[in-house]
Amino acid sequence: MLIALLAEGAAHGHTPDDAPPAFPPFETWHMPGQLFWLVILFTTLYLAMSRWILPKLSDTLEKRSDRIASDLDQAARLNDQATEAQQALELRVAQARNKARETSEKASEKMEAEMAAETARVDAEIAKKLEAADARIATLRSNAMTNVEQIAIDTAEAMTARFGLKASAGDLKSAVSAAMEKK
Amino acid sequence: MTFLMPSAAIDPIHQFQVSKWLELNIGGVDLSFTNASGFMLLGVVLTIAFFGVAASKGLLVPSRLQSMAEIGYGFVADMVRGAAGEEGLKFFPFVFTLFFFIFFANMIGMVPYAFTTTSHIIVTGALALLVISIVIGYGFYKNGLKFLKLFAPSGAPWPIYIILIPIEIISFVARPLTLSLRLFANMLAGHIMLKLFAGFAVVGLTAGGIGYLVAPLAFGMGVALNALELLVAGLQAYVFAILTCVYINDALHPSH
Repeated sequence: MLIALLAEGAAHGHTPDDAPPAFPPFETWHMPGQLFWLVILFTTLYLAMSRWILPKLSDTLEKRSDRIASDLDQAARLNDQATEAQQALELRVAQARNKARETSEKASEKMEAEMAAETARVDAEIAKKLEAADARIATLRSNAMTNVEQIAIDTAEAMTARFGLKASAGDLKSAVSAAMEKK
Repeated sequence: MTFLMPSAAIDPIHQFQVSKWLELNIGGVDLSFTNASGFMLLGVVLTIAFFGVAASKGLLVPSRLQSMAEIGYGFVADMVRGAAGEEGLKFFPFVFTLFFFIFFANMIGMVPYAFTTTSHIIVTGALALLVISIVIGYGFYKNGLKFLKLFAPSGAPWPIYIILIPIEIISFVARPLTLSLRLFANMLAGHIMLKLFAGFAVVGLTAGGIGYLVAPLAFGMGVALNALELLVAGLQAYVFAILTCVYINDALHPSH
């Protein structure tokens, strides 16, 4: 029923005094006009696109890709520079480390040398003092021996005197010496 | 049933009616500015306005509108490059214009009460003839008579050519026909369907009874068809443009 209604509607779409209801796309009266305006409007659109809009768009796109390329170049360049700087830094750190090692080696060598010199000096001083002490001990001993001889002579003189004898100093001395030698 | 007097409201053909807006007669030829011309003008103005505004600033970091224009540019450029190669880019402005002319016309047609300029065979036929004229003209201009190799693909044994050449010629001649009819018929049929289902909904409601059952179904169909027609509107513009590229490729490289 609905379809019949619609079909009727289609059939009577125009009032009877209209031209016979042709299918509009196949009517011919409007075709020259449609063509005429199509040519004008399509040409207008074509000119607007090809002369104005498309060059502008392609210009923008080109500028952007140029900009991106140059930015990438710059980034690569900066990256290279950073790498170089890092290498230079590493080199300098290595140099500084070597130098520090050298300095510390030199310093320790110097200190060892100083220590050796000081030790030698002190050793020499000690040796000198020992020598002096030895000399003094020797003097003291010989003095002591002399005193002992004198005491022996004196004792011998006193003993001989007790016996009522008299001995010359020379005899006493030689006797004591001989006795001491024998000992 | 007289209250259902068929009217423009439910006549599915009425939407294709051309009516004069401005009478214009030059040398006995009726060149009136009609509703068809009006909506075509609207499409062209909208296209130029959209791209004009979108492209005007040329920002390094594009705005949304500029992005859309650039995507459109890239889309058509890739289509031309893909189908016709780098040489085909000579025709890029033409294909771009063609695509957006049809695209905007189809999309404007989706607006209720708007006139669909691409639903008239004279418009689609003229565009198809323009494409084929460019293909033939440029084909002969660039290749001379070698362009005729298009009809005789190399590498076939000679008896085959007796059948092959007529087939190739027929298929070439059919191109403007299919190109124009495809767009015309798609737009026409789609819009008739839309109008029919919308009409069913209206008639169903006014008829009452079983109509109350039919109307929501018809309305739902109408909504679904609207989505489909939006797809078809975009797709047919794309098909027209890509086939143009394919034909241009033939003009550039006729011997395959």
